[in-house]
Amino acid sequence: MSDNTTTERARPEAIKAVPVRHPGRWVALGVIAILTAMFVHLLVTNDRFRWSFIFLEYQDGKRGVMFTEPVLEGLRGTILLTVSSMAIGIGLGIVIAIMRLSSNRILSSVAFVYTWFFRAVPRLVLAVLFGNLNILWERIGFGLPFGTQIGKLFGLDGFDGQFYSIKASDLIAGFVAGMLALGLSEAAYMAEIVRAGIQSIDPGQAEAAVALGMSRGQVLRRIVLPQAMRVIVPPTGNEIIAMVKDTSLVAFVPVTFELWFQLQQVSARTFVVLPVIVAALIWYLILCTVLMVAQYFVERHFSKGYGAADKARQRLRDIQVEQGGRITRTGEGT
Amino acid sequence: MTTEMVRADNVHKSFGSLEVLKGIDLVVGSGQVCCVLGPSGSGKSTFLRCINHLEKINAGRIFVDGDLVGYRERGGKLHELGERDVAKQRQSIGMVFQRFNLFPHMTVLDNVMEAPCRVKREPKAEVRDRALAMLERVGLGAKVGNYPGQLSGGQQQRVAIARALAMRPKLMLFDEPTSALDPELVGEVLDVMKGLAQDGMTMVVVTHEIGFAREVGDNLIFMDGGVVVEQGAPRDVIGNPQHERTRAFLSKVL
Ligand SMILES: Nc1ncnc2c1ncn2[C@@H]1O[C@H](COP(=O)(O)OP(=O)(O)OP(=O)(O)O)[C@@H](O)[C@H]1O
Ligand SMILES: [Mg+2]
Repeated sequence: MSDNTTTERARPEAIKAVPVRHPGRWVALGVIAILTAMFVHLLVTNDRFRWSFIFLEYQDGKRGVMFTEPVLEGLRGTILLTVSSMAIGIGLGIVIAIMRLSSNRILSSVAFVYTWFFRAVPRLVLAVLFGNLNILWERIGFGLPFGTQIGKLFGLDGFDGQFYSIKASDLIAGFVAGMLALGLSEAAYMAEIVRAGIQSIDPGQAEAAVALGMSRGQVLRRIVLPQAMRVIVPPTGNEIIAMVKDTSLVAFVPVTFELWFQLQQVSARTFVVLPVIVAALIWYLILCTVLMVAQYFVERHFSKGYGAADKARQRLRDIQVEQGGRITRTGEGT
Repeated sequence: MTTEMVRADNVHKSFGSLEVLKGIDLVVGSGQVCCVLGPSGSGKSTFLRCINHLEKINAGRIFVDGDLVGYRERGGKLHELGERDVAKQRQSIGMVFQRFNLFPHMTVLDNVMEAPCRVKREPKAEVRDRALAMLERVGLGAKVGNYPGQLSGGQQQRVAIARALAMRPKLMLFDEPTSALDPELVGEVLDVMKGLAQDGMTMVVVTHEIGFAREVGDNLIFMDGGVVVEQGAPRDVIGNPQHERTRAFLSKVL
């Protein structure tokens, strides 16, 4: 009875209330508009920016400084260096995080010492150090450990136990030194990020997977890491973006084909300072914007099963499944 | 007599200096349902986890379908099984947890298909058909494309049961499967479990659902302080408990 009365009652008039005013927002908007106008005015009217130098022509018959060949080469170097050192950083970082969480004491202490060392040493110092590693060893190669000493033990003077070796200054010079310095240092930070991600997952997840007969590797790859990615991706985005900018440190290795170094060279040749800095700034902005867009999509991928946007897409999929006729809807519940 | 599916002989388990299981003996015949009752902290979950070797026991033996769990006995000496062999044993023992533990990043269907595809490496199409049939059986045929986060607790637990069944286990372990559920959702999960029992699945069920134990259980054990205080037919133990501790516990949960 009571049900009937409620459904038959007339629906009351929809609420049309005067919304709360926010005068503070309008003041803030005004202030920001004025500041923006001043900034744009500065950009447009102050000819010391020399926009044509940046975009169009920096010397007779040459393209704008952003697009000249050495600078583009530097840009490629920066991208390559970012990609390769982040690849080392993420790959090694995952390995070190897993070692750190291992029940094997030796592995976890090795991982601990690694992160301790590479987080303690500034990247700039590492870059210079790796640039000068060939002072320590003349040649680097594969062979017996302590080969020379073993050779001496048996009275073989020329013996060094090396199967294959290469001059150190050829192997770790320039680019490789910079890549190793940045990549190895990055691995220490990534290890901590990955560790935090793995530890954020409910142990019940691994337990359920193990109870189904999955191996430890499968549990990690299929169950724990994909969920941990939600925690891992945002700080990793930070790390990649920081890395784009940190590549400028390898100028001290020295590595020459790198964006900032190349732009500095232009400065040195033309005695133009500010526009070159602005050109560098624009390139870094572009790179980081691309990365942020990429991050957005990666995050979206790994948030499957969480959140509202996902539910909407799910409903769509449900409908498709039903229309496909593959599954017929049966009585829900029992 | 039916064949023995689970046999526990004098099982002891300690966490550090805390002895949680102090000599558990239990036999569950093939096709039987054994319910485990007991106050919190009495070691019920620990015992259940020992049966599929999620916990290593310190003394005694556990056999599932005649195989020693977690070890190999050769020349009077016990050798620990490697990861691979333990995983193999677990494949035939399904487990359902109090907190469901579904994989939240996979759809319901993928949750059920994951282990048969990855662990047993069965053909995907075949697994898919079976998974759909399993989900249909637990009444969730319409939710296969959803993520666990979009389901009610009762639905999640039924998916968890389907996930375990998809491996075609010969033994199912339930650790308080309805304790995390709202009262009105308990029934739907118990109904699925009743159906399983009727189909002849061997089950060890830790539960506080006295009604379920009485109706479905072939055998009931009451644990307290790491030992089996009393066991027998559910009707007898519940209706006419012999021990003071059993009486005290039942008076609280009934
Ligand atoms: N991994 C562990 N480390 C140390 N102690 C543990 C561990 N797991 C369980 N315990 C202890 O073992 C005892 C028994 O725990 P168990 O979970 O088996 O009890 P239970 O009978 O399942 O209780 P409940 O009804 O609350 O689930 C408890 O005192 C608990 O604190
Ligand atoms: Mg428990």
